[in-house]
Amino acid sequence: MAVALEQSLEAVALNRDEYRAIVRAIGRDPNDLELGMFGALWSEHCAYKTSKTLLRQLPTEGPHVLQGPGENAGAVDIGDGLAVVFKIESHNHPSAIEPYQGAATGVGGILRDVFAMGARPIAILDALRFGPLDSGHNRHLFQGVVAGIGGYGNCFGCPTVGGEVYFDPGYADNPVVNAMCVGLVAHDRLRRASADRAGDVVLLVGADTGRDGIHGATFASVEMDERSAERRPAVQVGNPFLEKLLCEACLRLNELDGVTAIQDLGAAGLTSAASELAHRGRRGIDVDVERVSRREQGMTPYDVMLSESQERMLVVVRPDAEAGARQVFQHFELHADRIGTVTASGRIRVRERGAVVADLPLKALVDGVPLRSPVAAFPDKQPTPVMPPVEEPEAILLDLIASPNLRSRRPIFRTYDHQVQDNTVFGPGFDAALLRVPGTNKGLALTTDGNPWYVALDPYEGTKAAVAEAARNIVCTGARPIAVTNCLNFGNPERPAVFGQLQESVRGLADACRALELPVVSGNVSLYNETSERNIPPTPVVGMVGLLDDLSGRCPAGFQEDGDLVFLLGETREELAGSEYLRLLGAPSEGRPPTVSLETERRLQAAMLDSIGKGVLRCAHDVSDGGLLIALAESALFGGRGLRCPGIIGPASREALYFGESQGRVIVSVAPRRVPELQKLMANHHIPLQAIGVVGGEDLQVGSDIRISLDTLRQAWETAF
Amino acid sequence: MKTGIVVFPGTWSDRDCAHAVSEVLGQPARYVDHREDSLDDLELVILPGGFSYGDYLRCGAIARFAPVMEAVTDFANRGGLVLGICNGFQILQEARLLPGALLRNASCEFRCEWVYLRVEQSDSAFTVDCRPGQLLRMPISHGEGNFFADRETLEAIERNRQVVFRYCAPDGRMTEEANPNGSLRNIAGIANARGNVVGMMPHPERACETLLGGVDGLAVFRSAIHALSRVAV
Repeated sequence: MAVALEQSLEAVALNRDEYRAIVRAIGRDPNDLELGMFGALWSEHCAYKTSKTLLRQLPTEGPHVLQGPGENAGAVDIGDGLAVVFKIESHNHPSAIEPYQGAATGVGGILRDVFAMGARPIAILDALRFGPLDSGHNRHLFQGVVAGIGGYGNCFGCPTVGGEVYFDPGYADNPVVNAMCVGLVAHDRLRRASADRAGDVVLLVGADTGRDGIHGATFASVEMDERSAERRPAVQVGNPFLEKLLCEACLRLNELDGVTAIQDLGAAGLTSAASELAHRGRRGIDVDVERVSRREQGMTPYDVMLSESQERMLVVVRPDAEAGARQVFQHFELHADRIGTVTASGRIRVRERGAVVADLPLKALVDGVPLRSPVAAFPDKQPTPVMPPVEEPEAILLDLIASPNLRSRRPIFRTYDHQVQDNTVFGPGFDAALLRVPGTNKGLALTTDGNPWYVALDPYEGTKAAVAEAARNIVCTGARPIAVTNCLNFGNPERPAVFGQLQESVRGLADACRALELPVVSGNVSLYNETSERNIPPTPVVGMVGLLDDLSGRCPAGFQEDGDLVFLLGETREELAGSEYLRLLGAPSEGRPPTVSLETERRLQAAMLDSIGKGVLRCAHDVSDGGLLIALAESALFGGRGLRCPGIIGPASREALYFGESQGRVIVSVAPRRVPELQKLMANHHIPLQAIGVVGGEDLQVGSDIRISLDTLRQAWETAF
Repeated sequence: MKTGIVVFPGTWSDRDCAHAVSEVLGQPARYVDHREDSLDDLELVILPGGFSYGDYLRCGAIARFAPVMEAVTDFANRGGLVLGICNGFQILQEARLLPGALLRNASCEFRCEWVYLRVEQSDSAFTVDCRPGQLLRMPISHGEGNFFADRETLEAIERNRQVVFRYCAPDGRMTEEANPNGSLRNIAGIANARGNVVGMMPHPERACETLLGGVDGLAVFRSAIHALSRVAV
């Protein structure tokens, strides 16, 4: 008996304490189906049992927040009666096993989160991390993930406009695949997934239910090992065509009266969707599994309740609105199964052929998981490695710009449709993407950021830097950052060092968001990114949205006119730890990463918005990975114009000036006659500025150290993956 | 220019085409459902881009059986103007309204980028506003745009001057590097013999506003407006 229980618990990844809590909550032993439902909803993936306490630190409110965390996605007011709806989510585990479908269904899932809110998806961004491409397996994962993202997004018709890709040995076998989706909806059509009226009808629409993905949520909540490949059946298969129909149907449905709620079926499938809908509305729900259209015969209630078949939605409507809803789905040739009703019971009851096969209190199922508080440990800090002085800066610059982490991402993003819907003003490849808000003259700036090396060296500072850099990227386009979504990808939190990373990272996220007045409106936590006892580097990814009131005030990242003067804003310090430069030299990953003064960052960003708003800047580009010379080279390549710089001097070493990654820095170009204005603006905001050079010519020239033709630079930058 | 924009399950450039035609050009436009069987109220029919029926089986292979395609064929045979963009081009070929086929890109990858096109002739309804040799810059976005035809068909197309657009370098030269998908003879768009039906892989509706990177796509739509006004006169 004890052995059997042990096995059942292992199958659903619950421990004995949790089992005892279940028995306490329901007053008896659960049956197999009920245990499976608890296993799914009490998984780390669904219940956030390890991270919930930490996440309470995050600021989630603000004057423009219409919906914070806890819904399918967050929503923020952008004026004109419109709301921007967005969220980022991980699909790391499925992508490690089956990269194409893992990534594709990651995109599918996040699209559904957004259109479940009644919003039309207008953009996708992806934050990706892989092991180095000299390994065939890593290459297989990289190519599969990129193809999967394109395959799904391109077919669905939502542009993939941004994101980032980094390579590091720490991600070998366990890639990070985070997808963010952004949508738009009118305020009065913003939909919340809350079934608050007993007697309402519950429709399951979209795809038939199969056995795919059973225990996906559980699988995502345990470490991976050599047996993980056997879990391939736990990875779902996507159908973007069906999703497109489902989206159009849901958006049309959303225009009708009498629709109470729309809820995406994601992790833990019907169990999670039905329970969360009813629990949010403080009601109960009855589900009849016989009514669920199936893909295969012989499926048990367990299979039906825990299937993670993709492209399905639960729709809750008033009984008198059912016929109208059915008409909408008929128009799109989708079937809608009436699988249950909302009740006043506060319980989820599952029936098969009239018999009750599961009967659980929703409070316990959705909210009752005992929270875990693992032990945290913090490693000793090491000093920054000392490297010999740089002798051939030109060769280093060319090697850096050709390195996998800095080279052009065009070979990736040109396989993504980044223009469909006719709103893309700045596409992928720049600091942030910029999209027109249809029907207005406003713009939305979108970005994801998270330098994993800074976080590995100092999770607190590194996560602060991720927020600061994302905001700086947004500001460089001229837009004002308005809100944040985040995805926390970490290793196994039962290991004290990993939990320590998580704890410090969340503290950094909270401090930075509070200082920059950015509410966190949605997010996702992906733990147990551990393969054969190796944990991924701590990888918080910050997704950010900014608002530009008038698109005519947008600021590009490339040099625009010959003769313009280039300035560096901000201060360069002796900060080389965590830099791409030190990695290129093969230095050990040690030391204190660049630190962020949130106070200075605030002033810098205010100064930037002030300058762009007054039309002083011709271009602006964030100085980040690779340092100042890389930023200058990129602006030259973006604009197709060279730069003549008599020399870069400063209080730091030549290495730090050229290749250090001190935060809070931006390069800008201005017309000569507007230089006095720029100087005055920067003085007002107490931001140091340094003249760098003059735009023009065919070369990037820095003193006597560097003279590279743009053609040579471009060739290195466009090195294939 | 009363424009109908056909929507198949899985079409996604319908809204972009409607935006270009009605918002940018100020012409009346309506959506045409794939189950409709009459296009009598229309002067121009656009088959937009997308993944009709998921591109399952073969691009356009299922869409051509949609009820609306019979009406499109009648409309085209009566001389009505028909523009197939991207997936719409693939559907027109499957429906035998245009010759040739579109294979998988030679790179075996989807490609979304700006390309240059050389206008090859100004007789078709969608190039009357252009001059031969004129260069147009607009985006492509497809995985299967590699134009192919057997030798006989290809020679006939060339002989009848049915090639409307070819991919070219920014200076107008037809080079291999400028060919984004491996199309035979850099062919990006063709017309039927009568010149009222044109299919093209590039997306003119994405090149109608300076804000979005260029306005060269307007030439295609403006040509249609002029072609129609000529008929009316």
